[in-house]
Amino acid sequence: MARSEAPVVGVLALQGDVVEHVRAFARAGATVVEVRTPADLARVDALVVPGGESTTVIRLLDRFGLTQPVRSRVAAGMPFWGTCMGMIVAAHDVAELAQPTLDLLDVTVRRNAFGRQVDSAEVPLAIPVLGAEPFPAVFIRAPWIERTGPGVETLARRDGRGVMVRQRNVLGTSFHPELTGDDRVHDYFLGMVRAARPAAASA
Amino acid sequence: MNGQSQTGTDTVKRGLAQMLKGGVIMDVVTPEQAKIAEEAGAVAVMALERIPADIRADGGVARMSHPALIERIMQAVSIPVMAKVRIGHIGEARQLQALGVDYIDESEVLTPADDMYHLEKAPFTVPFVCGARDLGEALRRIAEGAAMIRSKGEAGSGNIVEAVRHMRAIRDGIATLAAVPREELVARARDLGAPLELVRDVATNHKLPVVLFCAGGVSTPADAALMMELGAEGIFVGSGIFKSTGPAAFARAIVDATTHWQDADVVLRAHTSIPEDAKAMPGLDIRQLHESQLLATRGN
Repeated sequence: MARSEAPVVGVLALQGDVVEHVRAFARAGATVVEVRTPADLARVDALVVPGGESTTVIRLLDRFGLTQPVRSRVAAGMPFWGTCMGMIVAAHDVAELAQPTLDLLDVTVRRNAFGRQVDSAEVPLAIPVLGAEPFPAVFIRAPWIERTGPGVETLARRDGRGVMVRQRNVLGTSFHPELTGDDRVHDYFLGMVRAARPAAASA
Repeated sequence: MNGQSQTGTDTVKRGLAQMLKGGVIMDVVTPEQAKIAEEAGAVAVMALERIPADIRADGGVARMSHPALIERIMQAVSIPVMAKVRIGHIGEARQLQALGVDYIDESEVLTPADDMYHLEKAPFTVPFVCGARDLGEALRRIAEGAAMIRSKGEAGSGNIVEAVRHMRAIRDGIATLAAVPREELVARARDLGAPLELVRDVATNHKLPVVLFCAGGVSTPADAALMMELGAEGIFVGSGIFKSTGPAAFARAIVDATTHWQDADVVLRAHTSIPEDAKAMPGLDIRQLHESQLLATRGN
């Protein structure tokens, strides 16, 4: 595990919009590394799973031996954030699809819930934990949260559906803050990382 | 309360291509093939009646596929589904947008409907991908509204040489713009036949403003790794999967090689995982093709 002063944020780099997250975290002042192997994972204080295709990435996690290490680290308190695909991968289950997941977040997600690509949209979203200014949320073939378990807090909704949730050290967003240039969600996640770090480092 | 939502913006159209980065998009002609592709880890499929190798062999006019076939493929998989229209064919493009496909490929693989002009793609809500042989061609397509670019290569040939040529040409064009003094950019834009604002954007950012994939000739895991090395952000495999004699094995191996292209051990293991008796698609020597048999020269 990393012992340097600044927390090291890992971005899962098997597939998806990896570099957009790397740039956003670099702007926000974090040290960022790309994670492709269990050895990479061992060096980070937090893990972000970017946007991409969930069916692809869940298979690649398994093929390259990352499924169990990610589960163990998150269970031990490592902060985790999934954007869109990343939230689907983290969910307990996927509505109407027998799709395997990592089960890090006690929610049921529905894939492509806001429609196919022609329905993808930019939406000024109210997110009270980020302040009064609406967040420029980019939804691309986006999922919504259909069920939340006990201990899951819904931080934002679109059309009455949960699109940003948190359960202790696990954050999920249906949308893509990494595509916007507005780094408030990245800052919020870095706050979770800093808060978790002493406990994780002594574990 | 949330504000008004906006569909069809550059951000959401280019954004879907950003989500596909590092992945493999596979040509499929049936829902069963689409499922094999999804199972192997494809990030999207291209729904077609005939793959390029067969279009090439059959000759005649190649048009948009039957919408019922595309729709069955859309119902079979949860990953994005793309489909092709003829260059300049607004009638086919409007049909595919109405059908709700996730991306339209305005493609030289089909017989062009317009031998002078490509579609004005910006007004569509659905995003478009287009082929390019060099930087000027890529920037002209982006100026028309393409939200993703792929090198053209030579579709259905099983020969990587044209894809390499086109990817190098695009990359060299970008490197040149990044290196020359600013006062040269107006003349460079004139020589490229591309809008000055896009030329300035490339000179500043050292990359295209949209995602760049490779297409046209990938048929082995090593081909995919080669194209990623040359700067592709992902791979289209047309005939290379289902013209091989072991589609599931080739599909999975090409996905693994694309994900871990920097790690030769993984690419080697991916190739080794393909049974020895499963053959890659047959290839064509581009130099022995007649000018009229080349697909990449369609569109400009």
